[in-house]
Amino acid sequence: MLVLGIETATPQAGVAIGGHEGVIASFHTARDRRHAETLAPAIQFLCTQTRIDLNEIGVVAVDIGPGLFTGLRVGVATAKALAHALKIPMIGISSLDLAAFPARFSDRLIVSTVDARRGEIFYATYRKTAGGIQRITEPRVDQPDNIANQLTAQGEDCLVVGDGAQRYAQTFQMLRGVEIGEEGFRYPNAGSLVELAHPRALREEFVLPTEIEPLYLRAPDARINWQTRERS
Amino acid sequence: MTTVLGIETSCDETAAAIVVDGRDVLANVVSSQIDLHARYGGVVPEIAGRAHESLLTPVVAEAMVEAGVTDHDIDLIAATHGPGLIGSLLIGVSAAKALSLGWNVPFIGINHHEAHLYAALIEEPELEFPLVVMLVSGGHTMLIEFQDHGRYRLLGATLDDAAGEAFDKVARYLGLGYPGGPAIDQLSQQGNPQAIKFTPPMRNDGLNFSFSGLKTAVVNYVRQHPDVETADVAASFQAAVVDVLTHKARRAAQEIGATGICLAGGVAANSELREKTLDICVEEGIQGFLPSRAMCTDNAAMVAATAWWRMRSEGPSPLDLGADPNLRLPFIDS
Ligand SMILES: [Zn+2]
Repeated sequence: MLVLGIETATPQAGVAIGGHEGVIASFHTARDRRHAETLAPAIQFLCTQTRIDLNEIGVVAVDIGPGLFTGLRVGVATAKALAHALKIPMIGISSLDLAAFPARFSDRLIVSTVDARRGEIFYATYRKTAGGIQRITEPRVDQPDNIANQLTAQGEDCLVVGDGAQRYAQTFQMLRGVEIGEEGFRYPNAGSLVELAHPRALREEFVLPTEIEPLYLRAPDARINWQTRERS
Repeated sequence: MTTVLGIETSCDETAAAIVVDGRDVLANVVSSQIDLHARYGGVVPEIAGRAHESLLTPVVAEAMVEAGVTDHDIDLIAATHGPGLIGSLLIGVSAAKALSLGWNVPFIGINHHEAHLYAALIEEPELEFPLVVMLVSGGHTMLIEFQDHGRYRLLGATLDDAAGEAFDKVARYLGLGYPGGPAIDQLSQQGNPQAIKFTPPMRNDGLNFSFSGLKTAVVNYVRQHPDVETADVAASFQAAVVDVLTHKARRAAQEIGATGICLAGGVAANSELREKTLDICVEEGIQGFLPSRAMCTDNAAMVAATAWWRMRSEGPSPLDLGADPNLRLPFIDS
């Protein structure tokens, strides 16, 4: 079954097509955050170059975040509309799963991060398993210092990956037993999305487009202000 | 026969419509987020973005079911790509482009202001040019000369607050809630519009508008007269806004020799404005056209109708079209 993956949770936008033979084609760009401009032409380009007709795609996989809200929604809206148009199901996968996936051969505790801006990081922890990785904590948002303290308290060797780790490298570098992931793997990858979605597609772990919900992990700005006002 | 799917997500309405040949509206679905924003007294961009994302797929599906069309019937997909809230616009543009890819039909991006101009033509396709269109809403206040398809000239615009914004601000000050337009319209029925003399700035000064001074005048008056009836304040404020709008619409119509005046935008649903506009049109011996409430407020039928006209003159948009929050109408000079 052919999977089309769409990924826009970070400054990067990515599209990939793959199936049982792995990733067939992918496109990524991290320049100027032009997700909405790039996505549709990129999908079209991949289809043309691989001579795959969109009607051959069996499932649309999408990165559901957490990530930068506006970009994230561009990807989710594109993926939902495409699945709706092609009458095919969807699979939603977290950006943190995607950022952790390339680190799956490490024996360390994997801390996957996405830069949440405003001095915070989205993160979750993972361990390698026989077939890949397994998430062992729920996605959360916190300040880098708090995450660092937590890792120190745990006292386990860990590998911190993702653009959150890159941005706050100074905070994590100083910790004992902590290694920072390669810069080249800083963003969630659409290829990883296709690779993670394919086995799930074979197991028919699908959802309908209307069942896909972005993982925001943060209340919208105005709501936070309102609650503060009500309390004060 | 061309069947167009239109999508509109520029502000706080998630809308989809199916329109044939620019005038037969088969479905016009609007999911309003007003309740989500009411407690904040205005549209909160991030809340709007989230709501558009979750509402758009079901709204498009509903429009197609209501119209009784399948994907094979759709010939063109249109979405508003500006002006508006960037995060809201991007949802509609992205979804429209994906549908266009999936169904292998062309996509076209539409200017929200232009769509408002075309709303009148859906219900009254025989309107004759040149027309004066008064576009009044929470985001805009413009007098536009509609010379022909694709030919517009800006006659006047607000220099500060939009008319709808003035309604919202005064309503908030008077404790009438959000959105302010309908609240003030309703309360005004019980008030005396002559009770207080509010004069909007620049009444006899060209075709531009200014409303922020009027809002200040209301606030000052209520401070100095704490016992005043709120209904009288609402009615007098509304009368002043309607007076300046219709006064300038009339002068614009005289200046360009218009065949008629059209109302467009959310404030065009105001009952006083509708009545007074018809009055001046009768006095001037020209047509007065007041689109239905559903066509005045943001909707996708006007987007689909505009797309049909634009497609004939300009063809489709490229798939790398983005959203432009400050998109302007390509006004001509004379
Ligand atoms: Zn509007």
